[in-house]
Amino acid sequence: MTNVAVNSVNVLGPSGSQKFMRRIVPLIALAVVLAVIPFFGPSRTVYSLMSAMGVNIVFAMSYNMLLGRAGLLSFGHAVYFGLGGYAAVHAMGAIEAASYGEGGFWASYPVFFLPVIGFAGGALAGAIIGWPSCRRAGTPFAMISLGVAELIAAAGFMFGSIFGGEEGISGDRMNGPELFGLSLGPIDEVYWFIAFWTFIGVLGTYAFTRTPLGKMSEATRDNPERVEFVGYDPQKVRYLVFIFSGGFAGLAGGMAAVNYEIFTPEALSLVPSGMVLLMAYIGGIRYFAGPIMGAVLLTYMQSMMSDYSEAWLLYLGLLFIAIVMFAPGGLAGIVVGLFNGLRGEGAGENFRRWSVQIAGIVLIMIGLITLVEVSVHWSNNYGEVFEPFGMHLPHDGVLTWAVIFIPFVAGVGILRMAHKNKEGQA
Amino acid sequence: METIVFSLLNGVIYGLLLFMLSSGLTLIFSMMGVLNFAHASFYMLGAYFAYTISEASSFWLALVFAPILVGLVGALVEKYGLRTVHVNGHVAELLFTFGLAYLIDEVVKIVWGRNAVDYRVPELLDFPLFELFGAQYPAYRIFTLFVALAMLAALWFILNRTRAGLIIQAALSHPHMVGHLGHNVPRIFMTVFGVGCALAGLAGVIGGNYLVTDPAMAVQMGPIVFVVVVVGGLGSLMGAFLAAMLLGLLQTFAVAIDARFADIFGWLGLSEATELGSITIASLAPMIPFLMLVLILMVRPRGLLGDREL
Repeated sequence: MTNVAVNSVNVLGPSGSQKFMRRIVPLIALAVVLAVIPFFGPSRTVYSLMSAMGVNIVFAMSYNMLLGRAGLLSFGHAVYFGLGGYAAVHAMGAIEAASYGEGGFWASYPVFFLPVIGFAGGALAGAIIGWPSCRRAGTPFAMISLGVAELIAAAGFMFGSIFGGEEGISGDRMNGPELFGLSLGPIDEVYWFIAFWTFIGVLGTYAFTRTPLGKMSEATRDNPERVEFVGYDPQKVRYLVFIFSGGFAGLAGGMAAVNYEIFTPEALSLVPSGMVLLMAYIGGIRYFAGPIMGAVLLTYMQSMMSDYSEAWLLYLGLLFIAIVMFAPGGLAGIVVGLFNGLRGEGAGENFRRWSVQIAGIVLIMIGLITLVEVSVHWSNNYGEVFEPFGMHLPHDGVLTWAVIFIPFVAGVGILRMAHKNKEGQA
Repeated sequence: METIVFSLLNGVIYGLLLFMLSSGLTLIFSMMGVLNFAHASFYMLGAYFAYTISEASSFWLALVFAPILVGLVGALVEKYGLRTVHVNGHVAELLFTFGLAYLIDEVVKIVWGRNAVDYRVPELLDFPLFELFGAQYPAYRIFTLFVALAMLAALWFILNRTRAGLIIQAALSHPHMVGHLGHNVPRIFMTVFGVGCALAGLAGVIGGNYLVTDPAMAVQMGPIVFVVVVVGGLGSLMGAFLAAMLLGLLQTFAVAIDARFADIFGWLGLSEATELGSITIASLAPMIPFLMLVLILMVRPRGLLGDREL
C-alpha cells in the first residue's frame, strides 16, 4: 500500500529530465553567456558596463530574496551592500599593507576572494540589524528599514575613520597573491572576476530557493499564521532569510569594491536602495530571472541613456509606474506571458491582440517621449531644439504639438478599443 | 535663556509645519492604508505652484490657489492611479507612490530647473515683528504660526463638528460599514486624498519661502513625514500633532545645544580627541527622527496615540 502512495507522489513531481531542463540548463546557459562575452572583443566601455551589470545582478538577486521570496519590502537594502563593500575595501587595504609589510594572514589572502569578506560583512550587518527589524512583516518592516537606512547613512558621514567621509575609502586591487593568473589590473581581467562571482551569486541565490529555509520563506510570505501552526517561527524564518540576503548584498558590495576600488558613504544612502528596488520590481519579483533582467536593463539605461537624455530618471519613473499599474509581473512576466501565449491554442488570436496593443503602446511612447524631450530642451535654456529624424521641433511649433498629441490620443484610443473588444468577447 | 526662548518659538513653528505636512498623510494612511511616498512631493509642488503664482500675481492668491491645485492633482492621482493599483494590494500601492515621487521630482526639475528658485517672503510680511534679547524676530514666522493654527482649528472643526467629518471619521475605522450605509466610499477616499494633498500643498506654500524651494525639498521632508505619522499612531490626528511638536522641538533644541559627546560622557573617560567624543549634539539633529522611528516601532508599534498597530 505504501508503495502506491510513494509512486503516485513520484508521478506528480517533475521527471528527471524536466528537473534538468528547468534547474540546470538555465544555469549552464548563464555560465556560457558569461564565458562567451569576452570572445566578441568588447570595448572598454562595454567591459565596464558588463562589470557594473554583474554587480547589480547579484545585488538585485539578494534584494529579491527579501521582496519576491519572503515578501519583505525593504527601503534600505543598500546598507548591507555598502557595509559588505566597506568590509571588502578595508580588507583590500589590509592586503596592501601586509604585502608590503610584515606579511601575516592578509599577505596570503588573494584579492579575488574579497567578495567572501563582503558576504561576511553583509551577513553580520544583517544579523545585527535584522533582529529588531524582522519581528513584523509588511509596513512596519518597510518603515524600520527606512529608518535604519537613514541612520546608517548619517553615521557614514560621521565616522570618518571607518567610512572615509565625503571622499570615501579607496584601495588598490593589484596586491597580494594572484589567482588563476589574473592580476586584476586591466579591465578584461576584472571581467573574469566579476563573471565568476556573478555566477556564484546567481547559483547561491538559486540554491537558497531550493533549501527548506528558502521554501519556508515563501510560505511565511503567503501565510505566516499557517507557518506558525505547522511549527515554524515566522520571525525566525524572516531573520534567517534576512541574514542571507544581507550576505549576498555584501557579496555584491565586495564585487563593487574590487571593480571600482573605492567606496563612499553615498553607497549606503537611500538612492541605491531605491535603485535596487526598481531593478528587482521592473524585472519581475515573482520570477527568479526577473531581477537579472531588471538589473541588466537599468544598468544599461543608467550608463547609456544618461548620456543620451537628461530625463532618463523620468523615463525610469514612467516605466516603473507603468509596470506597477499594468504589468505587476514585471519584464519577466511579460516575456513569460508572450512565450506561453504564442504557443498552443489561440496563438493567432493572441498575436493579433498583442500586435494591436504594442502598436498602441508605441504610439503613446512616441507622444510622451516627444513631450519630455521638447520640455527638456526648452527648459535647459541653451536654445537647443529637439530634432529627431531631421524634424525641427521647437516648443512653440504647431508640428511639435501635433507630433505629441496625435500619436498619444491615437495610442490611447487603440488600447481602449482593444480592451473593449477583449471584454466583449469574454 | 535667550537660546531657550528662540528654540522654543522656532521649534513650535517647525513642529506646526511638520504637522500640516503630515496631517493629510495621517488621514490617508489611516483610512486607505496607503503610506503615500509622494506626499512630500505634493508639498514640493505646493511650494513651486506658489512660486509661479506669486510671480505672476501675488502671494495671497498663491496662498489660496496653490493648495487647491495640488489637491486637484492629488485627486486625479487617486482616481486614475491608485485605484487601479489598489487591487494588487498595499505593497503595490506603496510602490506606485514611490514611483510617483520619482516622477514628480523629475518633472519639477524639468519645469523649474535644478537649482533653488527665488521664492521669497511677501513684502507685506517681510519685517521684524518684535525684538527679543536684542535679536529681531521675523513677522513671517509668526504668520506661519497663525496659518498653521488656523488650519488646525479648521481641520478639527470639520472632522468633529460637521456631517462630512463624521462620515470621514467613520470611514477611518470602518470603511466597509460606511459603504454599506450607502456612502460612496471611493469618492470619500478620493476627496480625503485630495484634501490631504492640498494640506501638504499649503505647507509647501508657507514652508517653501520659510525654508528653501528646490528639487531636493521632497527628498528631505519625505522620510520625516513618515516618522511623524508612524510615531503619532494610526488613525490619530492628535498623535500626529504630538509627534510633530515633539520632533520639531527636539530637532531645534538639538541644533541649539553646543556640546560634544566628550562633554556629556567625559566621566566615562571619553576624550574630545577621539572620533566618538568629537561628535556634536547638533550634528545628531537630522538623525533624531529616524532614531525615534526605529525605537517606537520596536517598543510600541501602535505609536503614541494610535488605536491599532500598523
